[in-house]
Amino acid sequence: MSTIPLSALKPGQSASLVGCEFMPKAMHLRLQELGFIPGTRVTCLYESPLGDPCAYRVPDGVFALRARDACRILVQCP
Amino acid sequence: MIPEAFPGSLPYKRSCTIALAGNPNVGKSTVFNALTGLHQHTGNWAGKTVENAEGQLRIGDCTITLADLPGVYSLTPRSAEERAAREYLLSGRADAVIVVCDATALSRGIHLVLQILELTNRCVVCCNLMDEAEYRGIHVDCPALAAVLGVPVIPADARRGRGLPALIEAALTAAFADSAPPITPFWESTPTGRVKCARELCRNCVRQEDRGEAWRRRLDRLLTGRLTAFPMMALGLALIFWITIRAANVPSSYLNALFNRIEPHLLTFLQAIRIPSPVTQALVYGVWRVTAWVVSVMLPPMAVFFPLFTLAEDAGLLPRIAFNLDRAFSCCRACGKQALTTCMGFGCNAVGVTGCRIIDSPRERLIALLTNSFVPCNGRFPTLIALISLFFAGTGLFSSVQSAVILFALILLSLFMTLAISRLLSATLLRGLPSSFTLELPPYRRPQVLRVLLRSLLDRTVFVLGRAISAAAPAGLTLWLLGNIPAGDTTLLTRIAGFLDPVGHFLGMDGVIMLAFILSLPANEIMLPIALMGYLSQSTISELGSLDVLGQLLRANGWTSLTALCTMFFSLFHWPCATTLLTIRKETGSWRYTALAALLPTAVGVILCTLTASVGRMLGLG
Repeated sequence: MSTIPLSALKPGQSASLVGCEFMPKAMHLRLQELGFIPGTRVTCLYESPLGDPCAYRVPDGVFALRARDACRILVQCP
Repeated sequence: MIPEAFPGSLPYKRSCTIALAGNPNVGKSTVFNALTGLHQHTGNWAGKTVENAEGQLRIGDCTITLADLPGVYSLTPRSAEERAAREYLLSGRADAVIVVCDATALSRGIHLVLQILELTNRCVVCCNLMDEAEYRGIHVDCPALAAVLGVPVIPADARRGRGLPALIEAALTAAFADSAPPITPFWESTPTGRVKCARELCRNCVRQEDRGEAWRRRLDRLLTGRLTAFPMMALGLALIFWITIRAANVPSSYLNALFNRIEPHLLTFLQAIRIPSPVTQALVYGVWRVTAWVVSVMLPPMAVFFPLFTLAEDAGLLPRIAFNLDRAFSCCRACGKQALTTCMGFGCNAVGVTGCRIIDSPRERLIALLTNSFVPCNGRFPTLIALISLFFAGTGLFSSVQSAVILFALILLSLFMTLAISRLLSATLLRGLPSSFTLELPPYRRPQVLRVLLRSLLDRTVFVLGRAISAAAPAGLTLWLLGNIPAGDTTLLTRIAGFLDPVGHFLGMDGVIMLAFILSLPANEIMLPIALMGYLSQSTISELGSLDVLGQLLRANGWTSLTALCTMFFSLFHWPCATTLLTIRKETGSWRYTALAALLPTAVGVILCTLTASVGRMLGLG
């Protein structure tokens, strides 16, 4: 049960959010308010045709995040 | 609309102010429009309302001022919108707050409600889009939620006006209630604490069967899939163009014929009431003619395009476009939300410029601001369509398809230029790295097609007519005066056009066209009518005609396909209209950036036209 970055999830995969590392404070706060808090189940839905960003579902909605931000979010696969 | 459903007159004071808060995208503006009868532009994506709009409604003796705050995800003051919303709520100007939530995404709405409850308890929750929730099998237990939160929770369906009387009543009760101590939060006042509490509340009060997911997922696959996304977007855009071209033809010819019939009668009427001849000439051949042309040739495409565009917005297609194009923009060191502001620019460049507020980073916002005019606005489409029809598409079965394809190619050119200039700006004047970025992909909503089309059609028609009178009429008058004031042995118009001829010719056009571009600063749609007027006053043809006659007129004045091509290029890439320039000035607060905004597209236009003219002449095309 290792911790991997969110950007490593493939479309269709889900994981449980652990935390963020090296994330700028403002972005961290924004992500928390959108529902990316520890313990949340995150699902990677699909990626953009050009590869970036990816759409992620949390209980509160679907949000697109770029890989450079998603790689700083740590998740744990069940 | 509201007062009849309201029970009698109420013992309330004369006036009060109620703020409308909520997440982006929850139908807040729809609630606002329904209550105030105003027609703010609504759309299914974040950033639609960027200014505090105010409207009023009267219930019995009470005048309620409604303040529509920008949609925000939270009140922590990070972006300008969040700061504005927070300041307004803290200022005490509002006697009560209505927090509009989307019933299909309630936990996020509750997060904001909790933040607002920390500031004031004069709060009412509006659980909007109940029809969408029902359709998807989501059941919200409003009384239970109200019991836990300690404030009223009113279900509503703002698009159909349901639930609004109860909402207003609850808001008024909250506004005029005796002051009570604020609710002690039973949640942790941290972002994580609020999110957890909101989710807990929703777990208890919302039952979810979530039907209707399948077609949404399929549509998402289609619009964002690796192989299908770009073809779908291209097809959608081309389809909108084709419908615009086809649908605009019929009213265009009808209006043309109508104005043709009226013109001689107008002349006789004015002469009959003894208006002196020069004035009647100025009024009929100057003011009337240009205005009539704008209304018959320019208005129909604008009136058709805008509603189609609004429909796409309403359904929630725009965020998907931003999602697909973000990588291209981020490679140019710009923000993916610039795709959204660019789309807004198709409707109106000034609206696109204001919409740049959805971009948080000042550097990226400036890039989006300065490049917005690279895409043609609603007012430039008719010029492009007319010139394409006259010089490139030919007649015949597939002429409208050909026109749509050529128009599509021109738009691709605009988009390419937008990206290229954004890249240039990021590398020179506005250097920096792309910022962090989150984009909400809201669920598709079934747009209320008829309602949106009709409303948009009417609004747009009225707006364009208004502009036709305020911009086209004076421009037509100016042009007629120029064409009839003697200067030496010719008219002032011929002098000025002659003066501009060398420049025009260098760019593949001529002096009259350049003058028309200059005089169309107030509104882009008057460019072609002014050019035509300019030619008319220099020739003996004196008839207001259909598109074919206009084509003959142009060709008689030396137009070739090359001229048309250069004119179209310059129409795409020249200085923004006056409204847009003023808006840029307001948004940036700097004349320097406004000047840059005027210079950039013009420079591109000049270079492109010079190249095209030179190559074209070398190839013997004109």
